[in-house]
Amino acid sequence: MEYTFQWRPVMRQLPDLLEAGFMTLQVSILAMILGTVIGLALALVRMNAPWQVRWLATTWIEVARNTPALFQLFFFGFGLGAFGINLSPFVIVLSGLTFNTAGYLAENFRGGFQAIPDTQLKAARSLGMSASQSYIRIIIPQVFRIIYHPMTNQMVWVVLMSSLGMLVGFRELTGETQFFASRTFRIFEYFMVTAIIYYFIVKIILGLSKLIAWRLFRY
Amino acid sequence: MIEVKNIHKNFGDLHVLKGIDLTVKKGEVVCVIGASGSGKSTLLYCINGLEKIQKGEVFVNGVSVHAKGTDINKLRQNLGMVFQQWNSFPHLTALENVALSPRIVKKMSKKEANETAKKQLIHVGLEDKLNVYPSALSGGQQQRLAIARALAMDPEYMLFDEATSALDPELVGEVLDTMRLLAKEGMTMICVTHEMSFARDVSDRVAYFHEGVMEEIGPPEQIFGKNPKSENTKKFLTNIR
Repeated sequence: MEYTFQWRPVMRQLPDLLEAGFMTLQVSILAMILGTVIGLALALVRMNAPWQVRWLATTWIEVARNTPALFQLFFFGFGLGAFGINLSPFVIVLSGLTFNTAGYLAENFRGGFQAIPDTQLKAARSLGMSASQSYIRIIIPQVFRIIYHPMTNQMVWVVLMSSLGMLVGFRELTGETQFFASRTFRIFEYFMVTAIIYYFIVKIILGLSKLIAWRLFRY
Repeated sequence: MIEVKNIHKNFGDLHVLKGIDLTVKKGEVVCVIGASGSGKSTLLYCINGLEKIQKGEVFVNGVSVHAKGTDINKLRQNLGMVFQQWNSFPHLTALENVALSPRIVKKMSKKEANETAKKQLIHVGLEDKLNVYPSALSGGQQQRLAIARALAMDPEYMLFDEATSALDPELVGEVLDTMRLLAKEGMTMICVTHEMSFARDVSDRVAYFHEGVMEEIGPPEQIFGKNPKSENTKKFLTNIR
């Protein structure tokens, strides 16, 4: 069997692919921001709240980390759909990625909190700071430094995971690629180009991450 | 005035403080000595409410530390504390370390807080380290930074929890000198310490703790003299000589 490469159809659709790549980036960044906020809250609840609330956080974290991300996406798509709650593909993917990311980051945060000696909190409180002031000014900034690189990893993981969006009909980079590939049957070419676009998206994220770290962590 | 009245503290089954009474008047320097685990540090933590107590009461200027309605954050502003592990905040420069709580707790303007911080850093001899991060400071410098940070809240009392025990021997002197300076300036201080010569020189009174009990308290001449009242004090001091 012979296969002749034909790149022209791919190149014609390149602007569309890049636009879809931008969609991928958009949903990933949003999921990361929401996941960070919720993950931090989950970690704090898991460490400090009474059991009546704590089990909620624990369940979230357990499910997010121990089931396939695809199933989590399906839950927000077909699962909620079965109950008559129909979310747009964008919201389904955003919810699924956020759910998953929050669970993973919660564990990162927990590790980060545990890495900080409890005397830091005591020192802050001894100066008259309230508990929340101590956390916001002293503890959490140090936690972010500790988990910064794991967080960068998570961000990359979110971008790659967003390709699952294809399966709930979201036209992000992979969905868009699949759409064009199946119309033209240039499957290999399309996914090759898409892989390269993913590669550069991740490279840009890693570069930005380095830049932010350099700007933020002067100590 | 700090009044400690019959306080008891348990960590689980461990009875760490077994009924401590202590009154420290303004301007007084009291050093607390004793073996590790005798409850000396716990006493300090109970005085500023970082540890809860099971029985008894602590009053600072007449305000009960462990009472329900007490604004503990306000009360702590008046009780500077310096820890064994100096606990400088690693993500802030020396100046920011000192200026932070005046700014966010005392609500000073940034300029005012920075000036206060600068003044205290000069006070402890760190005037050339204002914009340095703690990682670039020696242990002794970090401990002096911690002292400046506590002083910036303008407390009436200072609590020192073995401020020099985690330091390399050659760095102990500079921290003790800073503490001596404070004592000379009339600061009211409670110092938990293993530095006997410091306790002898600086204290108005020295308290000896033994297994959660204050065995003896008195002027340094009594404790370090030929005949302390308690046999345990005598034994302890003989052992460390």
